[in-house]
Amino acid sequence: MTGKIRYAYYPGCSGQGTSVEYDTSTRAVCAALDIELVDIPDWNCCGSSPAHTVDHHLSAALSCRNLAQAAQVEGARGVITPCPSCLSNLKTSARRMADPDFAARVNKLLDKPLRHIPPVKSVLQALFEDVGPDALYPRVFKRLEGLKLAPYYGCIMNRPPQIMEFDDHEHPVAMDRLLEAVGATALPFPLKVECCGASYGVARQDIVERLSGRLLDAAAACGADAFVTACPLCQMNLDLRQDQINAANKTGHRIPVFYYTQLLGLALGLDPKALGLDKLAVSPRDVLAAVGVRA
Amino acid sequence: MNVIRLSESQDEGFKSHVRKESGQDLARCYQCGNCTAGCPFTFAYDIPVSQIMRLVQAGQKEQVLTCRSIWLCASCQSCTTRCPNKIDVAHVMDTLRHMARREGHDTEFAVKAFVDSFLESVEKNGRAFEMGLMVRYALKTGRFWTGADLAPKLVPRGKLSPVPHKVKNPGAIAAIFERYRQECGK
Ligand code: SF4
Ligand code: SF4
Repeated sequence: MTGKIRYAYYPGCSGQGTSVEYDTSTRAVCAALDIELVDIPDWNCCGSSPAHTVDHHLSAALSCRNLAQAAQVEGARGVITPCPSCLSNLKTSARRMADPDFAARVNKLLDKPLRHIPPVKSVLQALFEDVGPDALYPRVFKRLEGLKLAPYYGCIMNRPPQIMEFDDHEHPVAMDRLLEAVGATALPFPLKVECCGASYGVARQDIVERLSGRLLDAAAACGADAFVTACPLCQMNLDLRQDQINAANKTGHRIPVFYYTQLLGLALGLDPKALGLDKLAVSPRDVLAAVGVRA
Repeated sequence: MNVIRLSESQDEGFKSHVRKESGQDLARCYQCGNCTAGCPFTFAYDIPVSQIMRLVQAGQKEQVLTCRSIWLCASCQSCTTRCPNKIDVAHVMDTLRHMARREGHDTEFAVKAFVDSFLESVEKNGRAFEMGLMVRYALKTGRFWTGADLAPKLVPRGKLSPVPHKVKNPGAIAAIFERYRQECGK
């Protein structure tokens, strides 16, 4: 790692609400590791899943406005975002813009046509490639020795591989390696890329109870102390809805669901306030106390 | 499973329309069933995804556009990633949902109401506003208590803002939606 690396940062809407601790912990970890994040000026919602289920041109226009705004960030290597759903929309739209007919229709929806398409990555990819597990090791202030984690990537962080172009689409390992570098144990979690039920918690709660329920059962069967995720929606389904899931499935899980940035931040000795551990619905206090971390 | 008389209800226009709009060569699907095997939503579907592919090949427009599955697909990309014939199956599912919407179907009404509420919120504020979206959803569906049990976990943690975080220039986003309705929404 040499000097500061600058990226245009796309926080995503949930970072201002239900996943505020993902946003604040991401900013803290990046700052500590010399990655400078400059928020995309006046960024807008990428439309998440709802937009692409209605129309691909509309979805691409919402994403492309952000890509165009990102061009105003001087000296940036590209755009990074913590949220896999935002990532998927930005990358898929960028790819579709290579088709001239598609681009022409999308450009008609924009104030001005998109000229330059910057590279887009997840924050996870940036941390893995620009910093990497080896450089992390000597920075560790508190090793998370003994913490057994079920690393859960969710369905779209790495799929489809021809669009996402990072890590392995069936067995991703980037998050595992970073967590191992700070002393935690990444268990071989078999459902790493299975769907949690996505945004159906509102319209079809039964679907989330079934799919996220299966994930909780599997993590418990692996002997995990906690989940670790990189996706706001996965985190919300597993953590916030854990009581609903337990009630529906007659289970009694109490498994904390961390963002990987919160754990990296703890290991780097960052301000606990920025890491937002108190924002988790299932308290991680006991699990952390067991490995000698006060939270 | 219903008996379908393929020759009677075959709609050639539908087949070519799906091919053109999705950019996928559906004839390549040889019904291996890989997509269905990996689809986490099969338990909730009325027609498994590989059968949807077969029905599109057979031009069964009505059956496909009125099914529940196309509304429930979460775009998890498992099917696209694992199809041995490199068909972007999730793109086909998206395309079918677009077509169903344009033709006025809403087989999973609550799902459609959620999508509409979300986009209305984005059109108005430029960003998704979780509280406002839930209010819109409740008004559309009459389901006033959906997620109400989650509020006590969200509010004290400062995760549910009562006011929207707007973009500085929400008009710029509303204009995208307006042009979309004029250009594409027809
Ligand atoms: S995986 Fe591909 S080839 Fe196999 S049934 Fe599904 S769409 Fe057809
Ligand atoms: S993208 Fe849709 S159809 Fe394909 S596997 Fe996922 S949920 Fe099933």
